[in-house]
Amino acid sequence: MSPVSNLESKSRRRFGAGLRASVASLLTLGVVACSDGGSEHAAPAAKAPATAAVADFGGTPARVRRMSPEQYANTIHYIFGDDVRVVAALTPLPRTDGLQASGAASVGMTIGEIQQLQSSASSIAAQILDKGNPGERIAPRRDYLVPCKPANPAAADDACAAKFIKQTGRLLYRRALPEATVAGLVADAKRGATNLKDFYAGLGSVIEGMLIDPNVLMIADVTEPDPNNPGKRRLDSYSVAARLSFFLWNAGPDEMLLTAAEKGELQTTKGRAKVVAAMMASPRLEHGVRSFFDDMFGFEEFIGLAKDPATYPMVTGQTLIDAREQTLRTVVAHLVTRNEDYRDLFTTRTTFMSPALAPVYQVQPSLGWVPYEFPAGSPRVGLLSQVSFLALHAHPARSSATKRGKALRELLLCQKVPAPPANVDFSAVENPDARLRTARERLNFHSQNPVCAGCHKITDPMGLALEQFDGAGRFRASEKGVQLDVTGTLDGKAFSDVAGLGQALHDHAALPTCLVRRMYSYGTGGPLSRADDPAIKALSSAFAQDGYKVPDLMRMIATSDAFLEVVERVPSPARTAGLTSHSAVEAN
Amino acid sequence: MASLKDLSRRRVLRGMLNGGAVTVGLPLLNVFLNGNATAMADGAPLPVRFGTWSWGLGLNKQVFVPKKTGANFDLPEEIASLKDVQKHVNLFTNFDGFKDANPNLCHKTGWVIMRAGAAPATQTDLPGQSIDVTIAKEIAGPTRFQTLTATSTGNVRDSFSYESATSINPAEVSPLLLYAKLFGEDFQNPNAPEFKPSPRVMVRKGVLSGVMDRTNDLTKKIGSEDKARLDQYFTGLRELERQFDLALTKPEPRAACVVNPGPKDEIAPGLDYTLVGERHKMMTDLFVMALACDQTRVYNLGYAAAFSGTIKPGYEKPHHTATHEEPLDPVLGYQVNCSWFIRRQMESWAYHVKAFADFKEGDGSLLDNMLIYATTDQSLARLHQIDGLPMFLAGRAGGKIKTGYHIDGNHEAATRVGYTAMKVFGLDVPHWGEQSNRTSKEIGEVLA
Repeated sequence: MSPVSNLESKSRRRFGAGLRASVASLLTLGVVACSDGGSEHAAPAAKAPATAAVADFGGTPARVRRMSPEQYANTIHYIFGDDVRVVAALTPLPRTDGLQASGAASVGMTIGEIQQLQSSASSIAAQILDKGNPGERIAPRRDYLVPCKPANPAAADDACAAKFIKQTGRLLYRRALPEATVAGLVADAKRGATNLKDFYAGLGSVIEGMLIDPNVLMIADVTEPDPNNPGKRRLDSYSVAARLSFFLWNAGPDEMLLTAAEKGELQTTKGRAKVVAAMMASPRLEHGVRSFFDDMFGFEEFIGLAKDPATYPMVTGQTLIDAREQTLRTVVAHLVTRNEDYRDLFTTRTTFMSPALAPVYQVQPSLGWVPYEFPAGSPRVGLLSQVSFLALHAHPARSSATKRGKALRELLLCQKVPAPPANVDFSAVENPDARLRTARERLNFHSQNPVCAGCHKITDPMGLALEQFDGAGRFRASEKGVQLDVTGTLDGKAFSDVAGLGQALHDHAALPTCLVRRMYSYGTGGPLSRADDPAIKALSSAFAQDGYKVPDLMRMIATSDAFLEVVERVPSPARTAGLTSHSAVEAN
Repeated sequence: MASLKDLSRRRVLRGMLNGGAVTVGLPLLNVFLNGNATAMADGAPLPVRFGTWSWGLGLNKQVFVPKKTGANFDLPEEIASLKDVQKHVNLFTNFDGFKDANPNLCHKTGWVIMRAGAAPATQTDLPGQSIDVTIAKEIAGPTRFQTLTATSTGNVRDSFSYESATSINPAEVSPLLLYAKLFGEDFQNPNAPEFKPSPRVMVRKGVLSGVMDRTNDLTKKIGSEDKARLDQYFTGLRELERQFDLALTKPEPRAACVVNPGPKDEIAPGLDYTLVGERHKMMTDLFVMALACDQTRVYNLGYAAAFSGTIKPGYEKPHHTATHEEPLDPVLGYQVNCSWFIRRQMESWAYHVKAFADFKEGDGSLLDNMLIYATTDQSLARLHQIDGLPMFLAGRAGGKIKTGYHIDGNHEAATRVGYTAMKVFGLDVPHWGEQSNRTSKEIGEVLA
């Protein structure tokens, strides 16, 4: 390969897909939807959604959401290229009503965060306009991210600046910039170029400004009168585009979506269905699905998770990174690539394996990630038996039936296990007898105390079934020489082993409903209120009719009135199903 | 020298700049300090800084609370490591937090009362603002960072500093990134012989003006519930503008400012006490430099989260779990491993205080011009008690505080200590705290 072609190749890899689409004017749905490489996954072809799901179950409140760190990074990467580093620009969102995404609707920005944001914006702007590295045959990003060359690189060039600002601004602000705004930004670029004697430095200062602009960082639902419902309001077309994009792709809209918004297609049922179908056919859907489940499963807790190396020497930092990745790969392959029943995630033996995970699963190490299927009869059945669930919900040096049971209740069934009362004296249930060797024996002893029994019976019967896996998620048949009893019950359904627990969860009525609640909340951008009950009911019914296919559920939500009509905000706190008055879940 | 003192440095620089980029030769450092370097050349005293420090899961009263009150108090086993810094600290014990009609939220109610003066109503509630934010508004002065927050846990969420319930100051978790933030390319060495205002910053300031205009436009399009969040955003942009102004002004020389090379490697993730302790040391050392170079006058450092998850090698229970599962030692009457965790934290507290005490500033130490307020989340963590709370104040606050005392609070409001700190920094507040936590009584015994 000649140096020139090699350079071009590197340029293309670094080329932001968003600006590439803009520059090339690849605006048709099919072209843009298929132009984003890098993934093998795409949703199956759209089919007619269940009738119940498209019923008019009302709109949702207009919200102002702060971007998550991932959404900010995804947006930058889409527009400017994956190799632009985005360091610590935004802080994680607070978990609200079971999702970090729901915290976006209430979180503020502190002074310190804005300072950090500015610093990050400066770094990103410098990268976008870098001069490349001829020695390493890396093309200057400015050559392909800026759609024109200034007449004199040491001076202002209003026409070239305007071209870049219009293109980039449209993607960052998720709508075409008003002429006055463009004029103001061009003037900023001119002032910068003149004072700094550098066209690109002037442009860089404008990029920095854009990247700290709340119009970019805060995803504001803008409303307008609804011509089809006099007296009511609806989201404007660009706000619909943003909701769709952050829901399905976890990033800002692309050219295709913005063009559809400009044409008013997103405010018609037919037009929105067409656009949603194209979005779901895009490989970018994988980003959206991964992001949703990463949030729903509480995987942000992997940050800072560590295991005692003396107890679990086979667990490294890479093991925990791969554990998270394994579950997300399993989810995407199962739900998107193969379009299988959501509930089967908890009974499937099909997954992926990596070299770092092999010692924990006690299987032959592979070269890189490979598909893997546990044999029939193996205790590895479904997500509950994956290292991500087992290690995340355990102590650093031992398992925890209570933590695992609590996580199952709260994360997968949307039930609330209340916190223990502050004045519980745990000394009454401390392990007084070394002869109690297994968790079941210890927890049975705890349950002799009625203060503790009420709560532990909520979490422990299913958590104890997972005691065959230690705190790192490694299988064990016995603990301290005692064969483990892994029988139990889940809300009245008895089981005799881990596979039985997975089946009981699979069959639990709250499992699919919980997913519907979380996904609807995630898509519409805030915590649920009672006003959302009709939507949850209708969607749950349709989800069941469609065989619990997650892409169908996403499609139903994205094409529903929730993504168009606006209702008043109901000041309702997050609601989850309560179980008992208290529990001692933090302690065990 | 006298003629130089009469000059307004800011005015001179602005005049010379006249919107352009110039290099300004400045007089030598000693011109700007008085003879013995205890004050600025114009007679203004060296700034007094405020810090907070937090540890997890309280105390074991039997081995933490000294028998003796007042000066020269005894150091029971759990705080024996404070021997070298005893003269620099005041220890407050037996103070109470009052939940009033709110629930006692485990590992939350206690610290929120001590940091914000009021009991939270729910797990997501954070009343008012934390004391560091309040004091920063009074004393931040011409520094780059109004407050800086860091934690030794590695988790950005482990912060006790907040502007409101929805605006929590995230904790810096990486010593490398904290160093870069403090002493990276935007750092201006206050003792540099030459000062060159950055034309790039001037350009940034112009662009920022447009961002603020567009923020105002956005505010008009959204509902009233979200306007407050946009207002807060706007305040942040204003602060950014102030910092740009600051960057265009030659900083006051700081005789004590020495910038050492930054950390080379990141500490491995994890909560093993050795890792936490190492992170804590590095963060402490960075805050020493940050204060000496006047990059901030208010900082927060946490050793542990409220639900401290610190790990003792070879012991299967992390600290919080141990508080609820470890049996009381029948002879000693307390939980031995839990006490082990608290002793390690007190060692780190001693390191923290000593780092500032050993750092020379003027004719004394940096700590002489500081007040560090240390709090925890419970008293006896096993029972989630918020009565009998312990706290510390370290430093002489520019001569306004006497140190080396143990004060028994006799179950009075824990907020008295925070209120004392606020008064020391000159806040015009007739009282602090809500309901039973409201106080207007300083701790007179430690006021100089």
